[in-house]
Amino acid sequence: MNFLHYWRAMWGIVGRELWRFVRQRERFISALVRPLIWLFIFAAGFRAALGLAITPPYQTYILYEVYITPGLMGMIQLFNGMQSSLSMVYDREMGSMRILMVCPLPRWFLLSCKLIAGVAVSILQVYVFLTIAWFYEIEAPWEGYLWVLPALILSGLMLGALGLLLSSFIKQLENFAGVMNFVIFPMFFMSTALYPLWKMKESSELLHNLAHYNPFSQAVELIRFALYGQFNEYAFFYTLSTFIIFMVAAVLGYNPSKGMMMKKGGR
Amino acid sequence: MNDVTKAQIPALAIDDLSFSYSGKKALDQICFEIKSSECTILLGPNGAGKSTLFSLITRLYDSRHGKIQLCGYDVKKETRQALGKLGVVFQQTTLDLDLTVMQNLRYHTALHGLGRKLANQRIREELERLNMYERRSEKIRQLNGGHRRRVEIARALLHKPALLLLDEPTVGLDVPSRQSIVEHVHQLVTEDGLAVLWATHLMDEIYPDDQLVMLHKGQVKDKGTVEELLKATNTSSINEAFNYFTQGVGV
Repeated sequence: MNFLHYWRAMWGIVGRELWRFVRQRERFISALVRPLIWLFIFAAGFRAALGLAITPPYQTYILYEVYITPGLMGMIQLFNGMQSSLSMVYDREMGSMRILMVCPLPRWFLLSCKLIAGVAVSILQVYVFLTIAWFYEIEAPWEGYLWVLPALILSGLMLGALGLLLSSFIKQLENFAGVMNFVIFPMFFMSTALYPLWKMKESSELLHNLAHYNPFSQAVELIRFALYGQFNEYAFFYTLSTFIIFMVAAVLGYNPSKGMMMKKGGR
Repeated sequence: MNDVTKAQIPALAIDDLSFSYSGKKALDQICFEIKSSECTILLGPNGAGKSTLFSLITRLYDSRHGKIQLCGYDVKKETRQALGKLGVVFQQTTLDLDLTVMQNLRYHTALHGLGRKLANQRIREELERLNMYERRSEKIRQLNGGHRRRVEIARALLHKPALLLLDEPTVGLDVPSRQSIVEHVHQLVTEDGLAVLWATHLMDEIYPDDQLVMLHKGQVKDKGTVEELLKATNTSSINEAFNYFTQGVGV
């Protein structure tokens, strides 16, 4: 079991996911259409209704479309994480997960490879989205496009790990609708993706607190600051910590003697 | 480890293995061994515990009682070494339908850390043995059930395992496809010295030289060669012996 084995296995897994993604054109288009609808329709309509004060990282008054862009980048990664989770459950139902699980490599490594593959796909989607947004005159400083890459890696890892964790709990594909209702929607709407924290405080203290501790909010803030060449330390450590927690829980979830695999029983 | 001791180590050794699903015993004190060049047929009706046993050998679950060793490696403690010795064909097809034969096999060789040159060589060898090399660029979706199974058997052998597990691989296949798979696997045993554990309930897949393990309600009811089992049960066919163990029907 040498380094080369790990390396080849990682490329095998990541390559397979990328190949699948490129081949599934519908998936690629729908992953792009979703945030673009929010940007072109929702944000454009909402622009007049929501006044935004000058808050960091912005140094001037901004349009609502500009505010919402990092949130939509997070949204792409959130949906991508859940899509990976869905494909894990699908793979498990179809049995191809077993091929992965019986190969002579540690499970944490195999899960990490799956995660890296998902993050790579999500980053690809985000940059395509940013390119389209750029033509729509939503422009960040050029160095922001570089700084946002490490932020996207971390936020992608965190959201992907959440997907992995969920996939270890979900017994069947049919239960996935519950994930949409109870994870994706609350996480997205109860975050700083669509409206700033201070604005939420005006309407509800509780909502403000929930949004503040929502890991998705912190991932979005990390992306938002990075896109303007700034480092949000709190958001970074918060996202990093939640990533570690989700990942450890996911690895435990896939552990043959401790985790959910035991409870799933059956085949 | 010299060659003599190596040869003596069984490809699979199961000792006092028990497993329960939420209090219900699925396997009860299972013990048996498979040596190289041995084809062991795991016979048992549905619900006998065959799939559970396979899940434990492949470490999808962990057993709390008993031990499973693959070529002397403990599945629980030396998982990676143990799994490296194992090739598996699951009951359900585990191929990616939209990828080609070659892509599916390359994925497997990557998971086992084989370099591209060696991987291509092995893929060619295994596919040629099964007359599938010409179809390497076809998508799995275009293949029939029998050919998909052949690809899965080829895949399971790419990393040169010592033990091949087959979980009812011929279910749903037509007679010629079944026959060719049965013949191929037995050939692997005699010519390559592979150890095989084959779960089935189709009696015509058993060869006279095969070892049998009768599994019923999670227990090994008997084990031995076909001849030994027929003698012990005083029956004239495996079918009768099977009924003897599973329904208590003596002849």
